[in-house]
Amino acid sequence: MGMIASRREYQLHNTQTAVYEQFDDRTQQHEASSLGMWIFLATEIMFFGAVFTSYTVYRNLYTTAFEIGSHHLNTPIGAINTAVLICSSLTMALAVHAAQTGKRKQLMAYLVSTMLLGCVFLFIKFVLEWIHDYKEGFAPGLHWTYAGPHTNQVAMFFCFYFILTGIHATHMIVGEGIMVVLLYMAWKGRFSAERYNPIEMFGLYWHFVDIIWIFLFPLLYLLGAHF
Amino acid sequence: MSSAEVAIEPRIHYLNVDYGIKSWLLTTDHKRIAWLYLMAITFFFTIGGVAATLMRLNLLEPQGLLLEPETYNKLFSIHGIIMVFFFLVPSIPAVLGNFLLPMMLGARDVAFPRLNLLSWYIFMTGGSLMVYAVVAGGVDTGWTFYTPLSSLYLNTHVMAAAGGVFIAGFSSILTGLNFVVTIHKMRAPGLTWFRLPLFVWSMYAASIIFIIGTPVVAISLALMGIERFFHVGIFDPALGGDPVLFQHLFWFYSHPAVYVMILPSMGVISELIPTFSKKKIFGYHFVAFSSIAIAAIGFLVWGHHMFVSGQSVYAGLVFSALSMAVAIPSAIKVFNWTATLYKGSISYEAPMLYALGFIGLFTIGGLTGLYLASMGLDQHVHDTYFVIAHFHYIMVGGAVMGYLGGIHYWWPKMTGRLYPDGWARVAAIIIFVGFNLTFFPQFILGYLGMPRRYAVYPAEFHTLNVVSTAGASILGLGYIIPLIYLAWSARYGPIAGPNPWKSTGLEWTTSSPPITHNFEETPVVTEEPYGYDRLAEGIPVA
Repeated sequence: MGMIASRREYQLHNTQTAVYEQFDDRTQQHEASSLGMWIFLATEIMFFGAVFTSYTVYRNLYTTAFEIGSHHLNTPIGAINTAVLICSSLTMALAVHAAQTGKRKQLMAYLVSTMLLGCVFLFIKFVLEWIHDYKEGFAPGLHWTYAGPHTNQVAMFFCFYFILTGIHATHMIVGEGIMVVLLYMAWKGRFSAERYNPIEMFGLYWHFVDIIWIFLFPLLYLLGAHF
Repeated sequence: MSSAEVAIEPRIHYLNVDYGIKSWLLTTDHKRIAWLYLMAITFFFTIGGVAATLMRLNLLEPQGLLLEPETYNKLFSIHGIIMVFFFLVPSIPAVLGNFLLPMMLGARDVAFPRLNLLSWYIFMTGGSLMVYAVVAGGVDTGWTFYTPLSSLYLNTHVMAAAGGVFIAGFSSILTGLNFVVTIHKMRAPGLTWFRLPLFVWSMYAASIIFIIGTPVVAISLALMGIERFFHVGIFDPALGGDPVLFQHLFWFYSHPAVYVMILPSMGVISELIPTFSKKKIFGYHFVAFSSIAIAAIGFLVWGHHMFVSGQSVYAGLVFSALSMAVAIPSAIKVFNWTATLYKGSISYEAPMLYALGFIGLFTIGGLTGLYLASMGLDQHVHDTYFVIAHFHYIMVGGAVMGYLGGIHYWWPKMTGRLYPDGWARVAAIIIFVGFNLTFFPQFILGYLGMPRRYAVYPAEFHTLNVVSTAGASILGLGYIIPLIYLAWSARYGPIAGPNPWKSTGLEWTTSSPPITHNFEETPVVTEEPYGYDRLAEGIPVA
C-alpha cells in the first residue's frame, strides 16, 4: 500500500481496518450494530407506545375535550415544524450517502444542516409553542388558567401534549449531542467509504425520531381540527 | 526441568490478567462484568432478605410482634421492589448469562462490551436511588406502585423508588439487546440455532421480554411520577383518569417479567439435568421452542392480575384461557426433564439437588397457577396468602433454585476452584426443606382467607404463621451457608480443572478460569449439544 503522507491519512488508514476485538471481521461488526440499532428502535416504539395508547384511550373517552385542547395548539406552526423536521431527515439521508461514498466535506456539510434544522425545530417548539402555551395558562400542574368547559379533560390533553412532545424533544436533544460527536469524528477523518457505520446507525435514529413526530403531529394538532 | 518450571508457572486468566479496583470498574470483559453483577445482586438480595425476615418475625404474633403497620407496609414494599427488580429479574441473565453466553457461543465477548459495562452502571445508579429511598424512610406502595395510591395519597419516597426502577429498567433493556445481537451474530462456525445450548434459548426468550416489556413499565412509572409531581390527571379518577389503565400498562410488563424470572432458571435446569443424568436431553426442540412459546404467550396474559379490577367478563375469559395456555409449554419442559432423568445414571451433586428441587417447586407453583388463572377461584383467593405462596413457589422456588444451582454448577468455571461438596448438598437440602416449610402453610392460610399485606391477622391463623416463620428461619440459614463456603472456596478451594462435571458444553472446553477472550482459538462446532450418549460409549469428550 502506498505511502502515508499526512496524519489524517494515517488515521484514515488505521480506522479503515479497525474491527473491535470481539468481532471476526467488519461484516460481522456491521451486521451486529445494525441489528442492535433496530432492536433499540423496537424498544423505543414500545416506550412511546404506552403513551400513545394512553392518549388514544382518553381521546376516545373525552373526544370533545381533546378537540378543544387541539384547537388551542398552533397548527400552522406545527405544520412548519413538521416540514423542518422532514427536511432534516432528507439532509440526514444525504449525510449517510455522503459517508458511504467517502465524501468527507459533503458529510460534514449535511451533518451541520441536519443539526441546524434540528435546532430550528427545537427553537420553534420551545419558544414559539411551549413558552407560549405556558403563558396562556395551558401547563397543567404548573400554570393552569383555562376555565372553559371540561377543564379536567382539557388539562389531560395538555398533559399528554407536554409529555409526548417533551419525550420527543428530549430524543432530539440527545440526537443533537450525538451529532456534535459525529461531526467531530468526521472532521478528524474517522469515516471513509469502508467505515461509516456510526453515521448510518445515527441516521436510523434520526429518521425514527422524525417518524415519531409524523405520528404526533396529526394525533395532537390535526384530529378534529376545523379550518 | 524446564518443562516442569513451565507447569508451575502461574497461568494468566481473566481474573489475574489485571489487578486493582480500576481494572474491575472499567472492565469490558463479560466475565468480570458478571462478577460485578454478582456482588451487586448479592447485596440487594441481602436487603430484600432482611426485610422478609422482619416481616415474618412480625407475623409470629396475631397482633404483630414488633412492627408498626406503617413500618410493615414499607418492609413488604421494599422486599417486593428490591427482590423483583434488583434480584430476580437481573439475577440469572446478568450474572450467569453475562458470564456464559459468549462462551457457550464460542465468542470472544458479547457484541457490545462497552454497552454491557454501561448497563451495570445504569443498574447501580437505579440501585443506589432505591437504597436512598430505603434509607431516607422507605416507600409503602407495594412493589406494584398502583395509582392513585402511589400518585396521590402516599407521603413516602415513591419518586426515588420508582425512579430507581425506571433507571434499572434500561439496564435490562441494554442487556437484552446485547444478548439478542450476540446470539444472532456471534455464534462460532458450525453452531447452528439447533446446536445452541438450551440455556442460550432461554436467554434469548428472556431477552425478547426485556426488549418488548421493559420500556412499557418504564414509561408507566414515569407517567405515574408525572402525575404525582405535577398533580395532573392521567390515572387520577377525580380528574377523569383511569387507574385501571395503569394496571394494564404495569402488568403488560410485569407479567412477562415473571417469565424473565423463571425462563433463565429453566435454561439452567436444562443444562443441569442432562449433565448429572449423563443423558442427552429428551426432546431438545420442544424444550427450546417452549421457551419461545412461554415468552410469546406470556405477553397475552397480563389481565389475569385484574380479574377483580372491574374489567369485562369477556376480557377476563380470554385472559383466563390464555393464562392456562402457558401451562402447556411449561409442562412440556417438566415432562422433558423427567424423561431425561428416566434411566439416566443420576448423580446427586449439589447443582443436581437444586435442579431436582426446582422441578418439584416449579410443578407446585405452576399447578397452583392454574387455580389463579380460573376466574371463579381467583375471586376467592385474590390478594390472599395463596397468591403469595404461588408466586413464591414460582419466583423463589423456581428462580432462586435455578440461580443457586447455576452458581454451584458453573462456580468451578468462574473461579477455577471447587467448593466443599458435603456442605453444598446440606445447604441445598436445608433450602428445600426451609422453603416448603415457609410457603406451603401459606397456601392453606390463603385458602382459609388470610389477606396479604396486613401486619396483623385473626388468632385462628396463628399456628400456620408460626410454622411459616420457623420455615423462614431455616430458609435464611440455608442462604447463609453457601455464602460462607463459596467465599472460602473462591480463595482456598481445591483446583477444579477445566471440566469437573464431565459436561459436553462448549464453555467446558476452555480452561478454568478462562482467558480474557475465552478460547485460545475460535472453536468449530460439529455436534449437537448434550452428546452424553457418546460418553456412555466410552468416546472421550473434548
